[in-house]
Amino acid sequence: MAMNAQGRPTRADAATAPGPTFTGNRALQIEESLIFEREFGGTGVDLPEPKAKDRLGSMKRQSPLNLPGLSEPEAMRHYVRLSQKNYAIDMGPFPLGSCTMKHNPRLNEKMARLPGFADIHPLQPQSTVQGALELVHELADWLLELTGMPAVAMSPKAGAHGELCGMMAIKAALDARGETGRTRVLAPESAHGTNPATAAQCGFSVDDIPADETGRVDLSALKAKLGPDVAAIMVTNPNTCGLFERDIRAIADAVHEAGGYFYCDGANFNAIAGKVRPGDLGVDAMHINLHKTFSTPHGGGGPGSGPVVLSAALAPFAPVPYVVKEEGRYQLVETRRAAREDGENMHGGRLTAFHGQMGMFVRALSYMLSHGGDGIRQAAEDAVLNANYVLARLKSEMTPAFPGHCMHEALFDDSFLKGTGVETIDFAKGMIDEGYHPMTMYFPLVVHGAMLIEPTESESKQELDLFCDALLSIARRANAGDASLKGAPYFAPRRRLDETAAARNPVLRWTPTASVRAAE
Amino acid sequence: MKKYTEDHEWVSVEGDTATIGITEHAAGQLGDVVFVELPAVGTKFKQKGEMAVVESVKAASDVYAPVSGEVVAVNQAIADDPAKVNADPEGASWFVKIKLSSRSELDRLMDEASYRKLIG
Repeated sequence: MAMNAQGRPTRADAATAPGPTFTGNRALQIEESLIFEREFGGTGVDLPEPKAKDRLGSMKRQSPLNLPGLSEPEAMRHYVRLSQKNYAIDMGPFPLGSCTMKHNPRLNEKMARLPGFADIHPLQPQSTVQGALELVHELADWLLELTGMPAVAMSPKAGAHGELCGMMAIKAALDARGETGRTRVLAPESAHGTNPATAAQCGFSVDDIPADETGRVDLSALKAKLGPDVAAIMVTNPNTCGLFERDIRAIADAVHEAGGYFYCDGANFNAIAGKVRPGDLGVDAMHINLHKTFSTPHGGGGPGSGPVVLSAALAPFAPVPYVVKEEGRYQLVETRRAAREDGENMHGGRLTAFHGQMGMFVRALSYMLSHGGDGIRQAAEDAVLNANYVLARLKSEMTPAFPGHCMHEALFDDSFLKGTGVETIDFAKGMIDEGYHPMTMYFPLVVHGAMLIEPTESESKQELDLFCDALLSIARRANAGDASLKGAPYFAPRRRLDETAAARNPVLRWTPTASVRAAE
Repeated sequence: MKKYTEDHEWVSVEGDTATIGITEHAAGQLGDVVFVELPAVGTKFKQKGEMAVVESVKAASDVYAPVSGEVVAVNQAIADDPAKVNADPEGASWFVKIKLSSRSELDRLMDEASYRKLIG
């Protein structure tokens, strides 16, 4: 009988292996239709005909509602079965580079469910939510301490929203200086796509910053691009190649000298939190992904949260609301205030209806308090150590994109697959069969067939070893001419999906004929 | 006369009209193209200006103007059916035709031999 790498029998002998099952189910893997494909009509609840007099006139419903006809146990099973088809950080390693899929501690969840945080309303009198306001204030203090910056806007609801907040502050600061001719924003080619998108959204044009052969910003090429029309640079540190920008101080100085601002994309702050303070690097604005660095759930598990720290130059242009402590009480400042006595340079307006992602604030502060400053530093160190362990274990058979150590992400290109017929996407699909969420692929764009692996600090050495052995086994299969990878995944609930057809002919809404059309 | 850019655009010149597209190499690297955005006729571009967008399942990419000029025609067929870009990138699936404003800019572009060398 065939044994797997863990010494357990894996499948029946080929001679007795059966064909497809009658139901399509494969033991614990249950085939499940869309809820709309179930029978319509009577639900599990019989509602009485309304007795009220109908005043709807021509607006009256002409046909029945067509609710799926499911009893409570059927509805329950439907969603449980769907949830079992999902991959989650609670099931296994989730090495999606740049996304920081670290463990979401259950203590955070417990704290977020305390009624004093969970059951309050943003319009409640402030005197009744002093504890919640204190929490926002304390979290803001932690963020200022960790970043070494003088101000923070808490309300942005995700990373890209934080970028928008920061770039709007930069735009407002330039307007206040009367420098409307600064229309160009510089960003590296390897930047997160949200950077140029944010700059464009704020009305700037975007120009690439060239990279040098080590995968970092080419300082002299950057200097050549600076000028009186440059509003800002947007740089991620560590960058999207998983490398620390060693010249970051010189980069910041050059930009400031040219009259521009330095927006730092804080998506990778988890690699340096507790080690480096962005305020010491000359950063003017940086968003912090609470859902990455500070472990709040994301990627379908919860909303993001992207507070933005601001330098003294940009602080006057922060949005409202924010929390202040006056005479021992916490208060929300909700209206714009003049930053100068003449009433010019107002604080920005609102970016969101209310005060930010309260539930995520609770989780993030819970993470910070349970780790402490030294624990946050160790988490950053362990994340970098884990990534370097993966890099070291894989580099003899897979090809690192750049020489030397990495930060929190190990980046490979596809040259080890050259001539095998197997491409990055096939390799990723092979990982699904091995029970892993694939790493980030084809990003950053500057690396051919990129595979960006971010193990995070959550994984043990034992877990990383199994993961690396699995990847090496796929690399060996590819190099041995195993064409079966082109058809992977074989063991997932669905086989290889046609991503091209889905992009060219997106069917976004179920209708009785949509499933037929999608199949065509 | 056909010339190439480092960003993998080709430009073919007849009279003062330049026909522009992306190279076979670029189309191959992008993989299956799923979306094309073209400029409006009459739009003016400077050399290296962002002229069009091409998107595949792997990546979204800007197409830069190899030469300065004014757009006189766009190839609506590739916007309607992006798969055409993969089928014939250097022939029927041109992106735009522009009226050249400076012939001397062509001198800064690569000939076929240099481009072949670039892509190895």
